[in-house]
Amino acid sequence: MELFIQRLFDGLTNGSTYALIAVALVLIFKATTLINFAQGEFAMLGAFLVLVGSTEWFGGGIPMWVAVVVAMLLTAVMAAGVERVLIRPFDPSDHLPLVIITLGLFLAINALAGIIWRFDPRSFPELFPSGTAFTVAGARLSWYGVFSLGTALLVMTGLTLMLNRTKVGLAFRAVSSNLESSQLVGIRTGPTLQFGWAIAAAVGTLAASVFVADPIRQLEPTVMGRVLIFAAAAAALGGLDSIWGALVGGLSIGLVQSLLVQYIGFIPSDMALATAVVVLLLVLLVRPAGLFGTKAVERV
Amino acid sequence: MSQRVLDVNGLQGGYGPIQVLHGLDFHVAEGEVVVILGANGAGKTTTLRAVSGMIETSGSIELYGDQIVGRNPADIVRQGVAHVPQGRGTFPELSVEDNLRIGAYTRSDNEVESDMEKWYEAYPVLYERRTQAAGSLSGGEQQMLAVSRALMSRPRLLLLDEPSLGLAPLIVADLFQRFGELNKETGVTMLVVEQNAQLALGIADRGYLLESGSIVFEGAADALMNDDAIRKSYLGI
Repeated sequence: MELFIQRLFDGLTNGSTYALIAVALVLIFKATTLINFAQGEFAMLGAFLVLVGSTEWFGGGIPMWVAVVVAMLLTAVMAAGVERVLIRPFDPSDHLPLVIITLGLFLAINALAGIIWRFDPRSFPELFPSGTAFTVAGARLSWYGVFSLGTALLVMTGLTLMLNRTKVGLAFRAVSSNLESSQLVGIRTGPTLQFGWAIAAAVGTLAASVFVADPIRQLEPTVMGRVLIFAAAAAALGGLDSIWGALVGGLSIGLVQSLLVQYIGFIPSDMALATAVVVLLLVLLVRPAGLFGTKAVERV
Repeated sequence: MSQRVLDVNGLQGGYGPIQVLHGLDFHVAEGEVVVILGANGAGKTTTLRAVSGMIETSGSIELYGDQIVGRNPADIVRQGVAHVPQGRGTFPELSVEDNLRIGAYTRSDNEVESDMEKWYEAYPVLYERRTQAAGSLSGGEQQMLAVSRALMSRPRLLLLDEPSLGLAPLIVADLFQRFGELNKETGVTMLVVEQNAQLALGIADRGYLLESGSIVFEGAADALMNDDAIRKSYLGI
């Protein structure tokens, strides 16, 4: 029982990061029906900025949470620039070139980070208090786990309010729903999509920072590669265009991963990645629109 | 003669290498309902898309004397043009209320809510369904929503692209009656393109006949209604 609850806690903790990266994918998918394969690498870059900012900038580094906010802003600006220069000039209805561009970005950002910061793992400063928050039947939930989940909930709530209560949120939903009519009501669609890219990158940076802030992890340029696979499975499970679907999807994938590896003996822990792929396959077969998707993935 | 809202001269336009419009001249005066008739492929939709800046055009389009050729759609909306596209162009996943609110996207005054109330009063079915996704409305309801949404921007010129398309005849008759009332009550200037010549001419002041991207006939609505050639080709009587 103790082990089971411990596995639940571990799964939810990992799942929080998957959910955050998944929601970044969802934001871009909603607007463009495109999966941004470079989302994880933007996030990794952001985490490096947090590390460098909090340890090196202005001599001894700036406070941790200030570094997080600054890194979120910097990666948002960078993503906005990428959208303007590499995405907007292309026909939005022709997906293949765009997918190749995001794959190219994936490789380019990864290589860039390797050149600047090398591929040696670095320890990441503590973002949350350490230690155990509480114990249930002998299983421990760390403060790190509590704060990871809390961050995910907070981000989803914030995004929901932004989309449903603000004018720019309304414009973003309109552009997601009908691009041509959006132009006809006077929305400047380019900057609205750019705003989506910026928000997605900022959320990603927060997600990667939370992920590597786990004392058992270290930061290196390849750290988000696996996370992106889990996050993509989470986003698909949640329906690809639903914010709360991304949360449910992320937590579910986290739980599936941690419980399967524990209880199905023949799955070596290195095969955990495959569980995400299996979930992805099952979703696409059984329920292509995901749990909370509002429409079929293919648009007409 | 009242002021010209829209004055179009030598309008050319199309899609990539395919030219659809071969130099159109037409105008719409303040408070008028003008209809452009034509068969499938005559260039009716293209004409409206040219006016609202959705396609590359050359020639002259003056809106209250301002040249708008080459401006982007977002700017043209801000100059007072509202376009209800073919197929209604609602935002299917958004609620009816959000559809109306997005219509007022370019406005910054504080009368948006009271304008919404006004359209809810005019079309109670929209009020009853205000929290439903627009995509769940019937075709006729969606057309009313699309028109209300367009009017939420308080336009000086309303463009309607084949409002009758895909709707049952009874609903279309009702719709055109409402358009006529709208024009009389609010004085909004309308440019309508339609295949359903009889209904459209019924509410129009003047009309143009478009064939293969050129205007081949123009005149008062009565004159078009009584012209033998048009009666044969477009009215089927």
